[in-house]
Amino acid sequence: MAQKAKTLRDLARMKRALAPGHRACAGCPFPVIVKLVMSATDYPLVVANATGCMEVTTTIFPYTAWPVNWIHNAFENAAATISGVEAAYKALKRKGKIPADKEIKFVAFGGDGGTYDIGLQALSGALERGHNFLYILYNNEGYMNTGIQRSSATPKYASTTTSPAGKVIPGKLQWRKEITDIIIAHNPAYAAQASPAFWSDLIRKVQKALEADGPSFINVISPCQPGWNYPPDLSIDLTKLAVETKYWPLYEYKNGGWKVNYKPRKPLPVIEFLKPQRRYKHILNRPELIEEIQQEVEKRWERLLKLEEAFPLKE
Amino acid sequence: MAKRKTTRMALTGNEAMAFAMKQINPDVVAAYPITPATQIVELFSKYVADGEVDTEFVPVESEHSAMSACVGASAAGARVMTGTASQGLALMHEILYIASALRLPITMCVVNRTLSAPINIHCDHSDTMGSRDAGWIQIYTENVQEAYASTIVGVRTAEKANLPVMVTTDGFVLSHGMESLDVFDDEDVREFLGQRKPLYNVLDVDNPITVGPLDLQDYFFEHKRGQIEAMFEAKKHIYDAHREFAEFFGVELPVFMEPYRLDDAEYAIVVLGSSAGTGKEVVDDLRDEKGMKVGLLRLRIFRPFPYEELQQVLGKVKYLAVMDRADSLNTMGGPVATEIARALYHFSERPIIHSFVYGLGGRDVPPENFYEVIEKMQWIAAGNTPDRMVTYVGVRE
Repeated sequence: MAQKAKTLRDLARMKRALAPGHRACAGCPFPVIVKLVMSATDYPLVVANATGCMEVTTTIFPYTAWPVNWIHNAFENAAATISGVEAAYKALKRKGKIPADKEIKFVAFGGDGGTYDIGLQALSGALERGHNFLYILYNNEGYMNTGIQRSSATPKYASTTTSPAGKVIPGKLQWRKEITDIIIAHNPAYAAQASPAFWSDLIRKVQKALEADGPSFINVISPCQPGWNYPPDLSIDLTKLAVETKYWPLYEYKNGGWKVNYKPRKPLPVIEFLKPQRRYKHILNRPELIEEIQQEVEKRWERLLKLEEAFPLKE
Repeated sequence: MAKRKTTRMALTGNEAMAFAMKQINPDVVAAYPITPATQIVELFSKYVADGEVDTEFVPVESEHSAMSACVGASAAGARVMTGTASQGLALMHEILYIASALRLPITMCVVNRTLSAPINIHCDHSDTMGSRDAGWIQIYTENVQEAYASTIVGVRTAEKANLPVMVTTDGFVLSHGMESLDVFDDEDVREFLGQRKPLYNVLDVDNPITVGPLDLQDYFFEHKRGQIEAMFEAKKHIYDAHREFAEFFGVELPVFMEPYRLDDAEYAIVVLGSSAGTGKEVVDDLRDEKGMKVGLLRLRIFRPFPYEELQQVLGKVKYLAVMDRADSLNTMGGPVATEIARALYHFSERPIIHSFVYGLGGRDVPPENFYEVIEKMQWIAAGNTPDRMVTYVGVRE
């Protein structure tokens, strides 16, 4: 099937996007992510959405911003729900109730709360069972819908309402866990990390994921303006800085191999990514903590390069 | 009504329910094993492996995901079934409400087992009574024959009412007890059920819809009111489904309840599930040997609650013992007693009611339990007033 939106002009003309009028915050990048995902393909889509910002801001009855079939069940079960839809599709196709040539693709959207934490079990189960679906994690590094609480995606030293920067404790004390590694441990058909600033890379990844035979996963950075606390016009800039500082490597995994899609020629220091975000305000004058974050970024980057070298991605 | 061909088989409750599921041949089954319902999932997997059904079987990693996948599949227009018990049903709890509110006719075989703690794998009704307000139609069966037939009529009921249905058996007593029963031919079961006609379908990609949106103060109440009305309307669908079943197969099932020797009864016992068989024996003995005017009412459908029918059969009874195999921990006894009291209070003719809780955690239910219940009611009839609204039978106090 022909794929759409290869150029910026194509993208601007795409009709399959969230309708205007949704209640996402000013500067929230997930409407951009949804548009990029839907623009990547002509296939009819059925979307399952975990409870969270995306669900509550796009479907306030009697309105919906979704141009495709969409189902919300609960918080922790988007993957289980889409696996049920996909199972029905297989069964009804087998029984001739859906024409054999009718191709439908299945996409689940979840935030980091619904993916790293409360929904991890359901996602793990759906990946292991091998349903044919794409899971898009829009990763804003916290429980933002309930008002900016820590999640296991929240990075070290970020201040949230449940890991507040105090007189004694400088924000969250733990590193975020590596969800993409956890997904890759399931040996999915395809897994990747992406950033909306690198829109053509994101589109290409969605296309690869939808063509892969089996479960696929893309972890997309999605800054939260109120949660990360920055001027709303900086959202996409932040998703670029995250990549240029190696904080958010763009990479993909398939057939047991890794590929790092973008290696900044002159990587920026991580402070450039942290500085505009007031969730880090309390550590900006503590160079030893910034250095600790820098070291962690380097460590994870080096590990990724070694994986790529040892197990290069073969299409 | 011409009787359809039947075959005599010896099956346990679990085998009978799995066999019914095979005959139904659902589009999707998503399930997770749990004692004492495990065999339903095991046997159904074998039917899938042997190609006896063309169901898409989703062996999920938990009951929460089982019900979640059932919701997804049913919203996609599929005929969907599952099975569980006890902790599994409790883990599904959150999604049970979503299944009913989205008007999805999922049929679930539930083997009644007590809820922890203490952990125990045996029968009482605390699990399904715990989900009594989740918007599901609940059918409690007395024996394996009825469990088999109720599974089939349960699917028809669900799809007429567009509400989910639980069909229950008493754990081990029925689930693992073997009985001889008459089963229909696969073709007849499939012809009877025909195709599901969904209200909506998320696989209809030419007509996109949004299912499960955020619904706030301005519309939620109207939507919830609609769901509540669906439960009022379910009564008619339940009668229709059972009538159609009887007309097609030539076999009558009790619908909401089965009255047993209740005409002219002064004393009556209400009970659910397999214990009714023991109760009927005691009623026979008390009537035939001791000349007491005693009857029994087996309540088969607990949701929606058949208050009008109950008034008709119990309104003239003088002393009513309601036996619950679950306790509400509200110091008033079990949920069936509470609801019957509420139902009959509405009418001017009503009996004196006392609540009895029995058989928790699989405690054996011998005839002595029923004699004790009747003796207590005679004591009340003699003008005594119990200290409490509930009496516990068969327990070391």
